[in-house]
Formats: sequence, structure tokens, C-alpha cells
Amino acid sequence: MIKGWQVVKELVRGAAITARHFFVNMTFHTLRLFGIKTKGRGAVTVQYPEVRKKLSPRHRSLHRLRPRPDGQPSCVACMLCVTVCPSECITVEAAEDPDPEVQKVPARFVVDLNRCCFCGFCVEACPVDAIRMDTAEIRLATPDRAGLEVRLDKP
Amino acid sequence: MFVDAVIVLVKVVLALTWTLLLALFLTWVERKESAVMQDRIGANRASVFGLRLFGLFQPFADAIKMLFKEDFAPTFSQRALHWLAPAFSFFFVAVAIVAVPFGDTVRLFGRSIRLQVVDLTAAVLFVLAMLSLGIYGILVSGWASSNRFALIGSLRGAAQLISYEVALGLSLVGLVMVFPSLSLARIVDYQGGLLFGFLPKWGVFLQPLGFAVFYVAGMAETKRVPFDMPEGESEIIGFYTEYGGLKFGLFMFTDFLEVIVLAAMATTLFFGGWQVPWLNAGGFVFPWGGGIDLAPWAVTVLRVFAFNLKVFFFCWLQVLTRWTYPRFRYDQIMDLGWKVLVPLAAVNVLVTGLILAAR
Repeated sequence: MIKGWQVVKELVRGAAITARHFFVNMTFHTLRLFGIKTKGRGAVTVQYPEVRKKLSPRHRSLHRLRPRPDGQPSCVACMLCVTVCPSECITVEAAEDPDPEVQKVPARFVVDLNRCCFCGFCVEACPVDAIRMDTAEIRLATPDRAGLEVRLDKP
Repeated sequence: MFVDAVIVLVKVVLALTWTLLLALFLTWVERKESAVMQDRIGANRASVFGLRLFGLFQPFADAIKMLFKEDFAPTFSQRALHWLAPAFSFFFVAVAIVAVPFGDTVRLFGRSIRLQVVDLTAAVLFVLAMLSLGIYGILVSGWASSNRFALIGSLRGAAQLISYEVALGLSLVGLVMVFPSLSLARIVDYQGGLLFGFLPKWGVFLQPLGFAVFYVAGMAETKRVPFDMPEGESEIIGFYTEYGGLKFGLFMFTDFLEVIVLAAMATTLFFGGWQVPWLNAGGFVFPWGGGIDLAPWAVTVLRVFAFNLKVFFFCWLQVLTRWTYPRFRYDQIMDLGWKVLVPLAAVNVLVTGLILAAR
């Protein structure tokens, strides 16, 4: 009998909590609809395509090759990123660079996003700090697989 | 005779339109209310020419999506029954709405028209019977699907609905003893009086325990989440495992129709139906003296509005309940039905009888 009352009490308390959330949030929504500024927002939703959350500076997004002053990628085609990559998604074809100080540039630098797991090991491994993952580009979806093979040496 | 037939036809069309429109927008209410309860926004993307209106077009988008889906029936199913099951389910709930009084009598062109499709003398029994017949939709769908999970779901549904039918019926016995009639129109008329001179004589004040049992058993009857044994989305997929497209949509729609029927019945039986507190045919008469005179049409509009408001409130409450409580286990549902609700309803009948006899 007493346990039954406790159950009923808890049921009512639960409904009161959800109802409170409903009415508080509805008040905020209604006030904001009429252009009245409120402290609360009524919802934690971020309306994604229109509103973006600020990404953390450490967020690992789409890769990029840092350019040299003359516009060429600063990559020296040392293949360290290709070696360290756990998903084997980086393909680099080396070519000779006219500048004798540099020796090599990538003729082709392709990241296959079908395979990439965004671990960031390539960024860690690069001896000349050429590859970085700080473009803040997170919309990587494409209608076909070919669109996911990104050439990084051609801007 | 011909005019009477036309009047009944118009009333049927109006009542069905009201119910179906309400059910359509109840899907929207359910989405938005659950979202607001959980600090979300809810579906707001469906737009017509860039006009979003808080996602009010979402029900139409859903309907169009379901219409254009493939009308699929598995090869191992029993075709005819597979087709009939959603129709059974839908029909028996939709037909229950004819007994609900939407308002009092209106005088139009020298005729007095009740705002109720038919004033059945045994309307309470009729509605209970139609809600029970809804089981056939579940049973037939489970059987016709030739799918084990669907069959388990439908058997569970049958067990649950039959158990709660007992509590539902018993909870109304006390009410029928207090308002000595089975006609919904008469019951609403009885609730127009005053209790202790100031309280409206609504069923809920005379039968609080009866209302509690009725509401819980009614929630179980709608087979929505705290009592969703037939569906059991998280364990078995339930009696509509093999359904898709518009046939599945019809089952979903039936759930919302049941919510509306329960809301309308709770309003009519326990919350005075279309009665507004202290409003008589001539206008308001307040118990603390004074009053406001109103034209007959204003009284009718107020009463229909009050009925709608109460129904909306109960729909809101049911959605709140559905999104607040976790679901019961099968044995817990049976315990609640047979060991709690049925004895409570019986005690209610006993106490009501003793009080009526002592008076």
C-alpha cells in the first residue's frame, strides 16, 4: 500500500519534471518568437547548415599542403607520411625540383578519403611541416568515390 | 426524412474530418512536444515555397512519402488478410467517434440539431466494444504476416488489450452508477449541475479513482510506449514487422486516432464534455453571485470550444506521458492490469455503491 503511494508519487514527480521542461522551453520559444530577448534558449539544438559550431583549433579536418613562397607545395616527397599512414591512404609520386636546394617535389600527392581515418599521424611525421589538417573543412561527402580522392598538390 | 439523412451525412463528414485532421496534426504535436520536453527543436524543415511554419507541413511530407513507397507484401504472407488488417484496425477506432458529443443542441432553420453524430442509448458500451474490436487488426496482421516476431507481438497485444479491457469496463461502472445512463449525451447533461453549490459536477470530482483507473487502462488500450507490448520496438519489432508504406502508415494513424478517442472519452465521461463551468443555456451564472448573459450562439461556440480545449489537453497529456515513462516489461504490465487496476476498479464500484446506498 505504502509502496504503491511511493510509486505514484515518483510517477507524478517524473511527469512534473518533463512538464516543467516543456513549459519553460515553450516560454522561451514564445518570447523569442515575438523578438523578446531571453536568458535561456529553450533548446540546445544547433541548426547545422545555417549555424556552425566553432571547431576546436586541434580539430583534424581535411588535409592541406602548406605552399612555399613560390606557390609550389613545400612537401619534399620524403614518403614518411606514406610510411606512417596506418590506413595506407596517401599516394605520393616524386619528381625532380629545379631548385637544387630542395631536390624533390611531389608530382602527385593524393589522399584517399575512402580510407583515411583522420588519425593525424602524417602531420606528426612530416619533417618539413608540409601536411596539415587544419582547413576546418568537414563537409567531405561526395556522390561518387572518385570525389573522395583528393589531389593536395594542385590547389 | 431526406433532410434528416443529409444532416446525419454532414455530421459524419464533419466528425471524421475533425478526427482525421486532429490525428494528422497530432503527429506534428508529438514530434514538437517531445522535442521541446527534451530541450530540442524538432522537425522544422518541411517547407512550402520557403514557408516553414514550425514544421507544420511535416505531416503532409510524411503522408506523401508513405503514399509513394512501394506497396509491399511478402510472398509468404496471406495476401487478403495482410491487406485487411490495417483497415480493420483503422475502421473500428474511427467508427467510435460517432458516439462523441461535440456540443449541445443547435437550432438551425427551425430544426434542433444535436452536435453528435448519433445519440446511442448504449454509447459507453458501443465505444468500449469498438475499442475491443481493434484487437482484430493486431491479431490479423500478426497472423497474416506469417512472421514469428509479428505473431508474438500480436499475441502479446491481444493478451494486453483483453486484460485492460476488464479494468477499463469496471472503471466506468462506478460512473454509470453515479450518472444513471449509458448515453454519452445524457451523461454530459448530468455533469452540468453543481456539487456543493460551487464545484462543477464533473465525473472526475465524483469518481477520482475511477478516472485514474480509466486513464491508465485507456493509455494501455492505445498501446503506446509505457504499454507498447504489441510493438516492442526495442526487442521484437511487433505486429507490423512485415508492413510498409501506406499500410504501416494506417497502423500509425490508428494509434493517434486511439489517443484522440481516449481523450474524447476522458473529456466526455469525466471532465464534463462540452460543459463549461457555471455556463447555462442563458449565460454564465457564478456561484458567488452575478453572471453574464450570452446569446445562444455564443453559448454553443463556447461549449464546442471548451470540448476541443479539453480534448487537446488530454492529447497533450498523453504525449507527455508517452515521452516521460520508460516501457513496462510484459509481466509488469500483467501485474498492473490484474493485480492493481482491476481490484482498484472493483473497490471503486463497491465504495460508490455504499455511498449511493447510504444517501
